Amino acid sequence: MHQMKMYIRSAGNISPQHSLDTETFFQTREHTSGNHLKAIEPDYGQFIDSKMIRRMSRIVKMGVAAALTCLKNGKVEMPGALLTATAYGCLEDTSLFLRRMIEFEEKLLSPTAFIQSTHNTVGAQIALMLKCHNYNNTIVHRYFSFENAISETALLLEEGLGPVLLGAVDENTEDRQAILSRFGLYRKTISKTAVQGNKYSGNTAGEGAVFFLMDKDAGNDPLACLHAVQTIYKPETPEKVELSIIQFVETNGLSMKEIGLVLTAHNGNDDEDRTGRNLINSVFAGIPHFSYKTLSGDFPTSAGFALWLGALLLKEQKSPDWLFKITFPIKNILIHSHFENTHHSLYLISAC
Amino acid sequence: MNTPVFIAGMGIISAIGNDLQTNLQSLIASETGIGKMHWLQSEHQSELPVAEVKCSNESLAEKTGLSFQLPRTALISAVAAREALKNAGWEKNNSLRTGFISANTVGGMDKTEDFFKPFIKDNAKGKLIDVVHHECGAITELVADYLEIHDFVSTVSTACSSSANAIFTGARMIRAGQLDFALVGGADSLTRFTLNGFNTLMILDKEPCRPFDENRQGLNLGEGAAYLLLASQKGIEKMNKKPLAKISGYANANDAFHQTASSPGGTGSFMAMQGALESSGLKPGEIDYINLHGTGTQNNDMAEGTAIQRLFAPSFPKMSSTKAFTGHTLGASGAVEAVYSILSIQHGMIFPNLRLKMPMKEFSFQPVTVCLKNHMVRHVLSNSFGFGGNCSSLIFSAA
Repeated sequence: MHQMKMYIRSAGNISPQHSLDTETFFQTREHTSGNHLKAIEPDYGQFIDSKMIRRMSRIVKMGVAAALTCLKNGKVEMPGALLTATAYGCLEDTSLFLRRMIEFEEKLLSPTAFIQSTHNTVGAQIALMLKCHNYNNTIVHRYFSFENAISETALLLEEGLGPVLLGAVDENTEDRQAILSRFGLYRKTISKTAVQGNKYSGNTAGEGAVFFLMDKDAGNDPLACLHAVQTIYKPETPEKVELSIIQFVETNGLSMKEIGLVLTAHNGNDDEDRTGRNLINSVFAGIPHFSYKTLSGDFPTSAGFALWLGALLLKEQKSPDWLFKITFPIKNILIHSHFENTHHSLYLISAC
Repeated sequence: MNTPVFIAGMGIISAIGNDLQTNLQSLIASETGIGKMHWLQSEHQSELPVAEVKCSNESLAEKTGLSFQLPRTALISAVAAREALKNAGWEKNNSLRTGFISANTVGGMDKTEDFFKPFIKDNAKGKLIDVVHHECGAITELVADYLEIHDFVSTVSTACSSSANAIFTGARMIRAGQLDFALVGGADSLTRFTLNGFNTLMILDKEPCRPFDENRQGLNLGEGAAYLLLASQKGIEKMNKKPLAKISGYANANDAFHQTASSPGGTGSFMAMQGALESSGLKPGEIDYINLHGTGTQNNDMAEGTAIQRLFAPSFPKMSSTKAFTGHTLGASGAVEAVYSILSIQHGMIFPNLRLKMPMKEFSFQPVTVCLKNHMVRHVLSNSFGFGGNCSSLIFSAA
């Protein structure tokens, strides 16, 4: 793990909650039901030319709108670098081109879906709209896509390329839902209490696009400070995860007692959650905790939503009434995201 | 670029050879890998030439000990990555940190295509084993597990500049002291998805491609995988090995012009090359060879050539596009051409731009058409430009 202290100057978030406008988020609880949560999309006309809107797939529109909102909130016109994290890339256009290719037996195909199916489309379209010639990269490493993009952000900031516009984007599609359901990933029975949910099995699928303006300097009125991110790949034992968490917090000069809130990734899948639940009774014992995936749903770059939620709570020093009741002020938040027991990631953020 | 980034070893599998030595021999002998489609099953088999790796999945599986049911991209990735480690004499050492940063654009698409055929008729059909490795990142994880490299593992996907950006990422991490070794590069196998995608754009040549020729008609798709083992000063000292070369400059810029087309003036290409020169501290006149992106499309070669003309005129380095040998290997192309750039330095050779008959009339430079031997090559600029305006240039230098 390397020191990577940086500031989250602003954010823009499109998710299954009313997150694009944080005032609405505080007032309005989005009732979540079903085995997938769909992002609440804004009127794109305020962000994108109407001719372009028609040609863009959902993930591209969500990404562009989140990025532009983030820049506006941060009062920055041109980022020094642009990093996009996506595990699945542009699934809608990929499925579309694949289906037509098979149906029409490789004949008479239109290029539009193919053109927009490449994983770097979101980052490319943002650059195109901003006329931004600066450093541009797309990281596509499954459940560590966003974490690896943050590591790169830290190095870009060291090199003086900030502020970095950093995003996490993944979309759900009918095909993704159908395929991953067959893997047994998602719940079959529907309860209306997804947000509270404890007693059900299977995840809720999710999606979202969130962008952050990351900088070495706090700038004017930052949201929060990100101290470090760490990934743990295929830990041999549950103890290894516990030990890594304690070391992670201590290396950053804190003790577990100083963590005011843990954002966890419980998502309702019993098998998958066993690791998480054990942690609540061990290293996280006595610390208020909340599962962010009940708001965002499960997808490989969902930790982006957790980072947004954590930063917002630290900035506002209050939580929406509908969400949970914990005592503020809170100085430090730990995020523990994981998928099954193969990909764990840790984030430490604090109030500025 | 004060902190050196050395190249300790490399590995490659492409249409012109299953290993480093065979690739070099084919380059010297001007033997192209482009030909009739044999392994890929497509409606366009008789009509579109491609540059295939001359191995079935079964024989790639046998070479590696991996399952033949894995995506082809994972199999060729494993072959080239393992060769790079062996070539460097790398051994697992717990006191030194090794990362694996790999690029690809297709992931497990070859298998997903098989899955989708029954799936689109009935979404309860299709073998799940065929989609389990669909993600680009899944390919990298399969190979990272195979090589037992876990200190840092990541996947980059920026279309045709993907593996140049993977090399860039590894070099940056070494410079920052985060890794002692970084195995960097990329892999992409041919798929019906990409073949048909490029075909709809009407940029595939029905004959073997002719990069930088006045009468060029487009590109041929290829497949391959290539990796460099990058080492820090500490890493190379611990290995007690003479480095093959070093990375002396790199830059990434965005053309910000169009999702698939390059700007006529090659803005992104110019900025990438200029940025790489700046980061290396070299002057344009010090570059001995440019390994061109040179896909053979009207648009790319015009934009790239215009940027070169602007940056280097009036005196040009030697240059060639090796895509006339390997086809356009998409996410692997930056790494494939990085290997050729380093071979050029090691052996003092400039590899030819095959099939070039009539150089483009717009430019006052001409790519090399025969293999030049005994040529002093100290600094090579390698270009990789992609969809989405993602442009990257790397500079390799004699160590």
